[in-house]
Amino acid sequence: MLELKTVNAFYGKAHVLNDLSFTVGHGKVVALLGRNGAGKTTTMKSIMQMVQPRGGTVSYQGQDITGWAPHRVAKAGLGYVPEERRIFTQLTVLENLEVGRQPPREGCVTWTEEMLFELFPNLAERRGNRGKALSGGEQQMLTIARTLMGNPALVLLDEPSEGIAPVIVEQMAHVILKLKNEGLTVLLSEQNLHFAQAVADQVVIIESGTQKFAGSLADLQAHPEIRDAYLSV
Amino acid sequence: MGLFFAQLLTGLANAGALFMVASGLSLIFGVTRIVNFAHGSFYMLGAYVGYTLMQVLPGVVGFWGAVLLAGIIVGLIGVIVEICVLRPVYSAPELFQLVATFGVILVIQDLTLMIWGAEDLLGPRAPGLKGIVRIMDEPVPQYDLALIAITPFVAFALWYLITKTRVGILVRAATQDREMVGALGVNQSWLFTGVFFLGCALAGLGGAVQLPKGGADLLMDFNILTSVFVVVVIGGMGSLPGAYLAAVIISVLNVFGVSYMPKSTLVLMFLVMVVVLMFRPFGLFGREEVAGEHGQVGEPERPIKPAGLKIRLLVAAALVLLGLIPVMGSNFAVVLVTDILIFCLFAASLQFMLGMGGLVSFGHAAFFGGGAYVAALFVTYAHTPMELALILAPLGAGLAAVLIGWVCLRSTGVYFAMLTLAFAQLLWSLVFQWGDITGGDDGLVNIWPSAWASSNMVFFYLTLVICAGGILLLRHAAHSPFGYALRAARDSSRQAEAMGINTKRIQWVAFAFAGAMAGVAGGLFVFSKGSVFPNELEIARSFDALIVVFLGGVKTLSGGWVGGASFEATKDYLTRFEYWRLALGLLIIAVVILAPEGIVGSLRKLGERTGILNNAEDKR
Repeated sequence: MLELKTVNAFYGKAHVLNDLSFTVGHGKVVALLGRNGAGKTTTMKSIMQMVQPRGGTVSYQGQDITGWAPHRVAKAGLGYVPEERRIFTQLTVLENLEVGRQPPREGCVTWTEEMLFELFPNLAERRGNRGKALSGGEQQMLTIARTLMGNPALVLLDEPSEGIAPVIVEQMAHVILKLKNEGLTVLLSEQNLHFAQAVADQVVIIESGTQKFAGSLADLQAHPEIRDAYLSV
Repeated sequence: MGLFFAQLLTGLANAGALFMVASGLSLIFGVTRIVNFAHGSFYMLGAYVGYTLMQVLPGVVGFWGAVLLAGIIVGLIGVIVEICVLRPVYSAPELFQLVATFGVILVIQDLTLMIWGAEDLLGPRAPGLKGIVRIMDEPVPQYDLALIAITPFVAFALWYLITKTRVGILVRAATQDREMVGALGVNQSWLFTGVFFLGCALAGLGGAVQLPKGGADLLMDFNILTSVFVVVVIGGMGSLPGAYLAAVIISVLNVFGVSYMPKSTLVLMFLVMVVVLMFRPFGLFGREEVAGEHGQVGEPERPIKPAGLKIRLLVAAALVLLGLIPVMGSNFAVVLVTDILIFCLFAASLQFMLGMGGLVSFGHAAFFGGGAYVAALFVTYAHTPMELALILAPLGAGLAAVLIGWVCLRSTGVYFAMLTLAFAQLLWSLVFQWGDITGGDDGLVNIWPSAWASSNMVFFYLTLVICAGGILLLRHAAHSPFGYALRAARDSSRQAEAMGINTKRIQWVAFAFAGAMAGVAGGLFVFSKGSVFPNELEIARSFDALIVVFLGGVKTLSGGWVGGASFEATKDYLTRFEYWRLALGLLIIAVVILAPEGIVGSLRKLGERTGILNNAEDKR
């Protein structure tokens, strides 16, 4: 469904991603693992074309999307949930959802506000509140809900478990599995191996922008030395 | 009491057009982050287009139809400007776009002159609303009452659009984080274009609706621009209720000012603004600006480095060449190069503050003109000799910069810029309206150099030494520990604070230093011309310097004087033609589009690509 081929990305002269190549299969949950600064967020942004890769291609459903404007990538069915959340703090919860709204997409769930409030009951009570009044966990939920309003086929979740309370992390894991059951494909980045283990089918590990491992969860468990070398457990 | 009430009504009526223009400016800034200097020009176009339409369309329906149509037409002109001029430069460094909008001002000025001629046009009176109504025995024009009634509807429609519709939600979201809006599948280009249409249409509407009161003339663009900036800043950028309230405050104040304190009308507006910003640094209803926090564009800044041997030799050779001008060149060349040198020092002083300090000032002319007036006043009233006056000019300008900087630096970003503009206008209005001392519009004349420097040649060398010295001094300051601290404060004020740098004080010193250097240029200017007029303090003068710095290259050390020299020389050449503004405007727009890093930045890139210059970072 999504394929990266020797993707390279730079910030000015700094080489951030180095020949990244992996695929995300339809209906799968893939975890992109790595330490802080490994290049996880840049990978996500390169897929969305918010950072334009210099070299390599990103293709989605067989179509080369490299060099597209981010809004075109989103319209094609990729939903991006940024790590820093970036909700619109001056807008209400409902208005935040409105920004994300896109027409229904064939073969995907057509989300409505009510369905999302069912998925995230905490948000339902706060629908009229401004984004800035929400807690960190609620903001994280709102970011996911806002992206789902675009009825994406593939969701890019950048560190969904970061900086939120353990109870909510657990809730997040449930949500991701629910999305998978609905037929969504998910690429999520994580530092938290436990969280990834709970939801992912496949794992990609990167370190300093270079790919160190790609395989199933079982493969990774068979090689504890890889885990110890590249992940802080 | 009756008169008081009638004046209040006049103020409210005047607020209508002002509100429409200001809310348009505010909208455009909110979404695109562009300070649209050309907004006054769209207002002017609205008046002219409306005038022509009213000649053709008959009756009551014709009048109001013309007003609406003028708004739509001006909105469409705005769309053309957005697509042709601004789209190519959205990715340029922040604030660079405002140079492009300045080019647009010049182009629109000359096109208007070509189409409608230089004569002021008397606006037609609104059919059916030509009479007056007696309220408490005072005559109030019917049209004023109509305006008072209409404005709230426009305001309400806008408010509804922004708060209740999907478009409004997208606009508000984009105001906060436009990159994220794009990542959610919204095509920002069309959002930008749409907002530009709306903003310009509002300006055009404002221009057309005030026709029966003010008519149309070629000075409308700059005349309204200051009031609009003041309104937007007092109300708070991006706030519609704020814009409305501020428009009413300013208009009412103006009406009362005219009748009770006619000599202080211009000053009053800025005093109110300063007072408001002292207590609410982001306007009455504004929020702190977070521009650049997300969606920062362009490549990272390069570290500045001292000039290499090659460059030093080049500069030395250029100085020698300059020194030969009086020997080789004509008298005209000597005078022209003197002007250019003075302007270069002025531009370099702004460059220092803007490039090194990140302090974007819209009112640097305050210190250039300030220095000029200090020298001129001392010569006129105390018969001070030139030598002393040339020292007093930077002292006076520097002192003014200390005071103005103290107030302005309480704000940041665009509010800072607006405050500097306000102070420059404040000084201008003081000089303009306090005719007994400053000569007002007639200026101060007969201020000539001392006998030994009275020949053009000697004065040229004096200017060359002082200006080259001043530019080198500014350069030296950039490489001193003070310059490091200043750049640290610019790039990351919090980290700089944590390292023990008092960022505000550093910026204050830089502001005063840049002001004093502009004062040096101003002092020289008076003696080279023999006179000084209020237009040395005008917005246009501040904008000249700003354009020059951006065109030269903000992120380079030499951008100021290189831009200054090119700009002055080009301007001198172009002003010989009838429609020089059109040519200059188009030229500015072309440079902005073709060389988004400025002249120096783009030349450097070209040099590196062709291998003539080495890139220091690659060598490492």
